[in-house]
Formats: sequence, C-alpha cells, structure tokens
Amino acid sequence: MALLRVNNLKTYFQISAGIVKAVDDVSFVLNKGESMGLVGESGCGKTTTALSINKLLPQEGKIVSGEIFLEEKNILKLNDSEIKKIRWNDISMIFQGAMNALNPVMKIGDQIAEAIILHKKVSYKEAIEKSEELFKLVELEPKRISNYPHEFSGGMKQRAMIAMALACDPKLIIADEPTTALDVMVQAQILNLLDKLRKEVNMGLILISHNLSILGETCDKIAVMYAGKIVELGNVEDIYNNNMHPYTNKLLSSFPNIHKEKKIPEPIDGIPPDLINPPSGCRFHPRCLYAENICKEKEPEMIKINENHNYSCHFGGIFNE
Amino acid sequence: MMSSIRKEMRKKKINTFIKSYKSNRMGMIGGTILIIFIMVSLIGPIILPFNTMKFGEADNVLKPPSKEHILGTDDLGRDVFRNLLAGGRISLMVGIFATIISMFLGTAVGIISGYIGNKTDIVLMRITDFFLVIPWLPLVLVLAAILGTSIWNIILVIGLTSWAGTARVVRSQTLSVKERPFIERIRAIGADDKTIMMRHILPNVFPLVFANTILVTAVAILSETTLSFLGLGDVTRSSWGMMLHYAFQSGAASTGAYWYFLPPGICVVLVVLAFTFLGYSFDEILNPKLRRR
Repeated sequence: MALLRVNNLKTYFQISAGIVKAVDDVSFVLNKGESMGLVGESGCGKTTTALSINKLLPQEGKIVSGEIFLEEKNILKLNDSEIKKIRWNDISMIFQGAMNALNPVMKIGDQIAEAIILHKKVSYKEAIEKSEELFKLVELEPKRISNYPHEFSGGMKQRAMIAMALACDPKLIIADEPTTALDVMVQAQILNLLDKLRKEVNMGLILISHNLSILGETCDKIAVMYAGKIVELGNVEDIYNNNMHPYTNKLLSSFPNIHKEKKIPEPIDGIPPDLINPPSGCRFHPRCLYAENICKEKEPEMIKINENHNYSCHFGGIFNE
Repeated sequence: MMSSIRKEMRKKKINTFIKSYKSNRMGMIGGTILIIFIMVSLIGPIILPFNTMKFGEADNVLKPPSKEHILGTDDLGRDVFRNLLAGGRISLMVGIFATIISMFLGTAVGIISGYIGNKTDIVLMRITDFFLVIPWLPLVLVLAAILGTSIWNIILVIGLTSWAGTARVVRSQTLSVKERPFIERIRAIGADDKTIMMRHILPNVFPLVFANTILVTAVAILSETTLSFLGLGDVTRSSWGMMLHYAFQSGAASTGAYWYFLPPGICVVLVVLAFTFLGYSFDEILNPKLRRR
C-alpha cells in the first residue's frame, strides 16, 4: 500500500536573479515499509524534494504545483497547525550534519523529550523514560541522555538524532545525507542501524545521498535526480545492472568497483546546469556523450520498462550497444 | 558513577569561574563595593530609620558633622547620614527595577525582531533607532513630566528609554543563532515560533543579556540621580539624587556645607563605578575573546 505519493511536484525558488526551478515535475511512490534512495549531484533538488514533503521550505521557496499524499492526506492542502501535527509525528527527519542539528545549550534527553511532549500527551517524566528507551534502541548508554551535545562524538550525535527521529513512531523518516562528515566505519554503523530499525518498526525511509554505493546496500529502490527531475527510478538491481539513462550509467562508473577490472573512474564532463535557465529538451544533453539533435529539442517522456522501472531518455540503454 | 563525574566536572567549572573572578582585580573591587553598599542599604535604614517629613529644630540646621550627627544636618535639620542610608535603598532599587524593565523589553524586541524578520523587523528596528538617536535627556524630561514624579514612574521612564542598545545586540545575536541548523530541526519537529524563541533562542543569547544587564544597572542609577537632581524625582522618598537636588537648592555648595552634597555624590560615583567594574570583569571572564590565559 502506498505510504507516500508524490505527483508532478514542482518547487521553485524566487530569488533576485530569477526563478530557480529546483524541483521540476517529480513523481514517485513509496510503499509502506519500503526504503527509497534519492541520489544526484549537489544542487539537483534532493533536499528541496525532502523539504517540500515536510513543507519546511525557506521563505523564497514555493510549491508551485503538484500533489503530495501521505496515505490519504494531501499534505499540500493542510494549513499551518495541521502540518505542525504531521511533522515528526508522521514524518520525521534526520538532518545533514548532526553536529549542528542539536541545540548546544540543552541536554540531549530534553531535546528528545521536547519532540515527544509536543506530539503525545505525556508527562515530562514519561518522555524522559521514552528517551532512555530510544537511546537503548540506537545502542547508546541510556544514562547519557543528561549529557550536552558537546559531550558526544560525531557518531553518537548522529545516533541521538536517529533516536530523536524515532521518538514519535513516525510512518516515514527522511534521512538527508545522514552520514556526511562521519568516517567510513561510523557511516557503515549508522546505515546498518537505520536499516535494522526501519525493518523492525516497518516504516518508510527516504535516504538522500550523493553516494550511490551507500544506497545500494540500504534501499529497496533508487531514484536518480538530475537538474530538478527524476531521470531514472527503479529497484536497486535495475539501477545497478539494468540502468537505461546515460546519467545513471555515468554516475555508477564514476566510482571504482572493487569486483571489476582496475581502471580510473571516469568523471562526468561539464558542470551542473543553471536551474534558472535549464537546458532545452533533455536537461542532460549538454553533458551527454550520446546526445543528438532531438535531445536538444524535445523533452523525453518517462518510459516504463516494468512496474517499478522508469527512465526518461530518447536513447535509453544506448551505451550498452 | 557517571553522575559523580559530571558533578565533579561542574564543580571544577564553577571553581575555575571563581578563580578567574578572584584573580580579576577590577571585578573584586567592584564586587566588594557593591556588597558593602547593598548590605548597608538593606540593614542601615532598619537600625537608623529616616523620615523625610520629620524636620529638626530650627537652630539645628546645616550643622557640620558632630557626635550626634556623624555627617551633620541638612537645611531642614535632618540627619544627613540617615538620609544617605535611606537614599541608597531607593537609588539601588530604582537601578535594579529599571534594569529589569529595560532587559525584558530589549531582549523581547531583539529576539522577536531578529527571529520573525521581514516587516516586523523593520518596524521594531525603526522604533529602536528612534530611542537610540533621540537625545536622551529631553525625552526623559518630557516623559517624566507627563507621567508625574512618583518612584514607579521614574523606574518606568528609565526602563522605557534604556532598552534600545540591548535590543540591537540581542537582535544581531538572534540573527546568527536562527540560521544554525538546529533551529531548522526544531521547526521540523513541529514546534511553533513561540517555543523556538523561548526555549531555544533565548538560552543561546542569554550570556549577552547577562553581561549587558550589569552595565545597564550602572546607567540606570546614574539616570535616576540625574532626574532627581533636575527636580523630577519623587518628593516623598529620598534618594541620592534628591539629596543632591536639595543640597543644590539650599545653596549648600556656596555656603560650604560640604557634608551635605559630598556624601551622596561620592556614593553615586562609587556604586556606578562598582557596577561598571563588575560588568567589565564579567565580560572579560565570560567573553572568550577577552579572556586572559
């Protein structure tokens, strides 16, 4: 059953230089208990998509059109106080850089308790007890809820953030680059923990990253974004072994594979496009090795290969030939 | 075990604070003077009560210090030393209450203006600018004249005119705090603006407010003295400023009655100096940029 349905979402930013089309016509479906990876280079609209789901966009950002359904509720039609009830209770977030996502002058336990008290009718004492339980869940010493953030290491802070995200038993967690600024060992621990917890409580997870290899391990499906659009969407196997879009292909070959022959990873030439004046037709065409005239003129449609696998390219899979 | 370590650490932190405060000569002088003044003005009037309306004998007017009257008598035959004790109480009280009003207003305006931003910010900051640039004395004179001269009105007037600087400082700190990622996280939790301002921004700007408070107290005491000296004080209560006012009116300076105008003058200077010393020393201890290693 669908937990989250995003239909034709368009989020634009009005800045002095013009309108930035940060998210332009994005659609996907996330089922209950499913985890989806959102991947793409910097500035391709991953975080903006996430913030749109929670309606947490900065002032300049506006959702121009589209629909976001959480189960049966259309989030975009909710007013301010209704959306506040949904935040954290139904959709919680793990932020980029846990180091800075905690208030430095408040005990960590109090910050978790604050989230619980805001949404559940419980006393402070019960909330603290719940925080202790959550600390056990994320494999932290329960006694340390009375510590301040500066007394935690980076990995511990990220664990505390995960505990906080779980505080109200949400249906969906959006993890926005949860492992940035952590070393590789801690990254693996955090991702395994997230994966384990997600399966235990059967909630949806959207994992945002620019690292495809991380997503392959933790996600059921992957959406590849480029310049505000989803260019390919499919199960992990589809994306890794059966990818059709040249960008996905390039993204996969831009980091070394330890199982295949040794060679220097190929970069993707060019720079990410300006989203105020995006390229005509297929937005990837200026950087695409296989671009033809039609790519400049006509925007490719989403082509469905099977139930779960879509891509948008005029010459899907051309690189296999 | 954990908690005992934490207690130990907290103890150590407090000890370092006390140690660096003790090694700060300015702070020690200021603190000592203040404690003496506060103790004396709390206990003094109980032992040696003073009544503004109780005048002395006609032949006992403007007498120099003697055994009976340590600091002599004033133009109405009242004991100057007793007057000084009672006056200290009022001066300190006005200083402290006016500071509370000023800090409350300044912090509230600063945080709201910085956090909400947009039009609210523009409106509030223009009001703040108004209070910053308008000449202070004429404004206070007009306000005091309109409101009338009771002690609470004086407190109100001083409080209402001295918050602008604090508001500016707090606003700029709020602007920096609100851009930190944890504020975004708190919004994602579903907290409303009030919670964010009260629970998350206020504690983060509090050290600034605290350092400002002590300095504003000094200014408030000086303001009260100025107002009273100019004749806008509360006639029913004696403060140091009122003493100076009466001393000036009765021509104490020209008749050489130094015991009438010197004591309140010196007291005001000492207390203001003590608050300033204390303020600067706290700033030195709490502000990492100024901290001596």
